[in-house]
Amino acid sequence: MAASTEYSPGRRPVVVVDDLHVEYKVFATGKRATGKDSDGGLLRRPKRTQTVHALKGISFTAYENDSIGIIGSNGSGKSTLMRAITGLTPATSGAVYASSRPSLLGVGAALIKPLSGQRNVILGGLALGLSKEEIEAKYDEIVDFAGIREYIHLPMRTYSSGMTARLKFAIATVRNHEILIVDEALAVGDREFRKRSEQRIREIRDNAGTVFLVSHSMRSIRDTCNRVIWIEKGELMMDGDPEEVIAAYKAKRRR
Amino acid sequence: MTRTVDDPEAHGLTRVGGRPPLTKYLRGVAQRKDFILSLAKYRIEAENERQRLGLLWIVLKPLLNAAVFGLVFGILMASTKNVPDFVAFLIIGVFTFEFFGSCLNAGSKSITNNQALVQSLAFPRMSLPISVVIQKFMELVPTMLLLALILTVMGHRPTWNWLLVIPLIGLYFLFCMGMALTAARLAVHIPDLTNILPFVTRFFFYTSGIFFSFDLRFADSPRMLEYVQYQPVYAFMSLARELFLDSDPLYDVRVELWPIVAVWSVVIFLFGIVFFWAAEERYGRVN
Repeated sequence: MAASTEYSPGRRPVVVVDDLHVEYKVFATGKRATGKDSDGGLLRRPKRTQTVHALKGISFTAYENDSIGIIGSNGSGKSTLMRAITGLTPATSGAVYASSRPSLLGVGAALIKPLSGQRNVILGGLALGLSKEEIEAKYDEIVDFAGIREYIHLPMRTYSSGMTARLKFAIATVRNHEILIVDEALAVGDREFRKRSEQRIREIRDNAGTVFLVSHSMRSIRDTCNRVIWIEKGELMMDGDPEEVIAAYKAKRRR
Repeated sequence: MTRTVDDPEAHGLTRVGGRPPLTKYLRGVAQRKDFILSLAKYRIEAENERQRLGLLWIVLKPLLNAAVFGLVFGILMASTKNVPDFVAFLIIGVFTFEFFGSCLNAGSKSITNNQALVQSLAFPRMSLPISVVIQKFMELVPTMLLLALILTVMGHRPTWNWLLVIPLIGLYFLFCMGMALTAARLAVHIPDLTNILPFVTRFFFYTSGIFFSFDLRFADSPRMLEYVQYQPVYAFMSLARELFLDSDPLYDVRVELWPIVAVWSVVIFLFGIVFFWAAEERYGRVN
């Protein structure tokens, strides 16, 4: 048994990641940087697929009420891992098991910029799987949390980036997620909103949920997480207490 | 291998992802009906939001289209002087074809143009192409009403046969839905499809007899005329025309076209559903 896995029998596991591998096949266009100039022209260029091994056998168990920070340098596989946990990216081998379908915090892609904020609250809520009645019941809560009541009837394309981010966050967190994945969402908005959103994340965590937080901000990871997983080049480097893992990660980066 | 994680089955965990069986999948799509309808409605709004004439463009576009074809083929080329009631003949064709063309085109982009959405939220992917076809259908209905109005003004009396246009459009909806679902999946596998599709649409446009009459062209070879009626879009166009121009003695309703359009619709619709569902897990992949 790997020493890095925090294995604690007794608590209820909600997500089990079992030897997860994810590979992407990418159409390699253009020439390889081998230095050798091929004699073929545009028409003779061979099309080969390149395999990117994004995750190489990740295993861990997340328990109820865990709030897990995921850290690692750019391109280490953090986002791929999160998408695999939600089932949006299929595993090449291994599997992810969960007590309910984990969802990514984010609704931005479902919104339509030329439409008013009001319309987008409805559309975003529906995209998250809420019913019309549920959205109506939570409408005021969303608008007030985002703090954009006076602009709610204006098209979303006229919103500032801060307002847009606040609205997205407010819609996305309205649903009670049993297992929630937040991908660097806390870095949005001004300081005051950041505080409120961190508070919201803590609330979600307390509501018997499990939260994964992907972030480059060690401060927000320290503030919200009780456990940290460090990934590098698709492999799990360390899993455990936030202070220890962050210290090890920083030491590695300094070298 | 030693287990480094808890045994998932022992705690009642289920595997994430994976394609549900077809009936369960379709139930999931049905649960998303509010999302599908709102997405269709809001997209129409968004597309016309900045236009001064707004929603009027939904009926203006096919009108302008018909005007261009009327000018080129009816007046400049005069290739149609023998077609009875050419103007009515042309606008019925152009107005009806628009739905097929736009379903195929927008349907093929419904997954590939929404990669971010597909990769961030979990919902049955079929919702996207369905929503596109419903959007186009919402645009078809006012066009058809306008068509009925124009024909009445032109002196083509409404008859009971006009009511048969409704089931015909129902079948046409199923047919176009099947085509859109098929195109949506194919575009994910073959990115080159975006380049091919305009030619496919054009092929159907030119071989469906929209601005010329197959009846006149193949007047002396009845065999060709028989073959061409198996081309589904031609069959839909012709039937729509013959139903609308019922009061015109020069157009008779060919009842034998009904089974042709019915079989095409049901087969293509069912094929599209199964074909799209079969690759459900594929749509979220990044490449």
